Amino acid sequence: MRVHPRYTQKAALALLGGATLLTVAVLVFIIFFVLEKGLPVLSLSFLFTNPQDMGRAGGILPTLIGTVALPVLALAIATPLGVGTAVYLTEYTRESGLTKVIRFGTDCLAGIPSIIFGLFGFIFFVTVLRLGWSILSGGLTLAFMVLPTIIRTSEEAIKAVPASYREVSFSLGATRWQTVRKVILPNALPGIVTGVMLGIGRSIGETAAVIFTAGSSLRMPHSVFDSVRTMSVHFYILAREGISNQNAYGTAAALIIAVLAVNLTAYWLMNRFIARRS
Amino acid sequence: MTESAKVDIQGLDLFYGRFQALKSVTMAVRERKITALIGPSGCGKSTLLRCLNRMNDLIAGAKVRGRVLLDGRDVYRPGADVDELRKRVGMVFQRPNPFPLSIFDNVVYGMRVAGTHNRGRLREAAESSLRGAWLWDQAKDRLDRSALALPLDQQQRLCIARLLAVEPEVILMDEPCSALDPIATGKIEELMLDLKERYTIAIVTHNMQQAARVSDFSGYMLLGEMVEYGSTGKLFTRPEKKLTEDYISGRFG
Ligand SMILES: Nc1ncnc2c1ncn2[C@@H]1O[C@H](COP(=O)(O)OP(=O)(O)O)[C@@H](O)[C@H]1O
Ligand SMILES: [Mg+2]
Repeated sequence: MRVHPRYTQKAALALLGGATLLTVAVLVFIIFFVLEKGLPVLSLSFLFTNPQDMGRAGGILPTLIGTVALPVLALAIATPLGVGTAVYLTEYTRESGLTKVIRFGTDCLAGIPSIIFGLFGFIFFVTVLRLGWSILSGGLTLAFMVLPTIIRTSEEAIKAVPASYREVSFSLGATRWQTVRKVILPNALPGIVTGVMLGIGRSIGETAAVIFTAGSSLRMPHSVFDSVRTMSVHFYILAREGISNQNAYGTAAALIIAVLAVNLTAYWLMNRFIARRS
Repeated sequence: MTESAKVDIQGLDLFYGRFQALKSVTMAVRERKITALIGPSGCGKSTLLRCLNRMNDLIAGAKVRGRVLLDGRDVYRPGADVDELRKRVGMVFQRPNPFPLSIFDNVVYGMRVAGTHNRGRLREAAESSLRGAWLWDQAKDRLDRSALALPLDQQQRLCIARLLAVEPEVILMDEPCSALDPIATGKIEELMLDLKERYTIAIVTHNMQQAARVSDFSGYMLLGEMVEYGSTGKLFTRPEKKLTEDYISGRFG
């Protein structure tokens, strides 16, 4: 039996629309659920005072610092490494068996569960390199975790730079490195920034990898060699050990707002770049 | 012939992998003259042109045999400085391709790359290059505006200005008017005649009227071979080869 295209068209519309609606609904539900429970707790003093009694009372200042420090350190390490690798793969090598192996490797790396990174970080940075549970161990581990994302998004962004820009640059006597610096990277910047923002987004909420490498100390860290607790780890511990559901949700709300802020900044930056180029 | 050859191409073969795109091409590009390459699409005109500043080096699997002498020295000799070569032999492409930068930054790109950062000298060079490409009057009040906002023909002249700023000796043009309307085309042709007072020019064109109008020498190519090469007047009126005559009179191609 043949169904008239008009009906299949309607069915497709309903299905696709439904899927979209469901996605948005789930997202909105989660955000509202957390904010509804967490916002009443959230206040400036909650954010900027030290916790007391393991987080049962007081605020979350050290975890705020941890949540900023780890992604910043991770991205400060992963961005130059990742962009450098992407430039090397796209501009300095010709497509070959080796580049395929490297690309396959980074793709595999991207698919590894974060707890494995945590375990690796624990064994390598915390134990072998004797960095202990510290901001440094955590930052390095997160750097490796977000590296594949940064490499791949940067690669795509670099490949999207029109070939004619390279040609002109070379034809004017520029070296490959000058071409990379003056033409390719500026034009690939929106894509690279997107990758960095994705990396921040991924590392800001990371729990498993961080608990193993940065530890969960609630004391205020004084250097990158000190252990620190991030908001996601704090939330996990507060909720799991039944210390304070209220403060757990307050922390979760702060985390969600931070992630939203990162994403909004990313959009804003991208739009600004795009507006400037056209 | 008494005029000196700025570029002397001798027995040049070029392979894209196994495909031979140029077959023992021999030809001269004479100083301060316009040399046109004509022939049906796919015969190897662009390929030949891009050998003169080694742009084919960028293509994976392209191999060259033979010699291209610039002022008597082979540009393919081992150890030749390719970046330096490209400053001496510049190129204008088929589609206008300014960078997404300001007009000023476009014009001085090559100078900055060469290490000039003195603002005053850049300004001076930008003005004289834009004048040289007949764009100064249109561009002088909006040097800081995006080059992409210019109409296509001005974009193409901006690309010429950008080239002039690196003070090349030879200018290669690969169908520089194919994206332009007849009026803009006429203007670029006039500009070329003006430029040949100071520069050596080689142009690829599929437009035979254009070749006849602007060039002093012409080469007719077919399937990677240089069928006939000589002064434009002679090639277009009394060609020696039957193949050339067929093409010129429009019976082929
Ligand atoms: N990058 C390339 N790889 C392989 N073959 C190419 C490449 N560029 C051009 N060719 C081939 O070489 C021949 C000459 O091309 P081209 O020089 O662009 O011709 P024209 O400019 O006269 O139209 C054509 O058959 C074309 O298909
Ligand atoms: Mg061509």
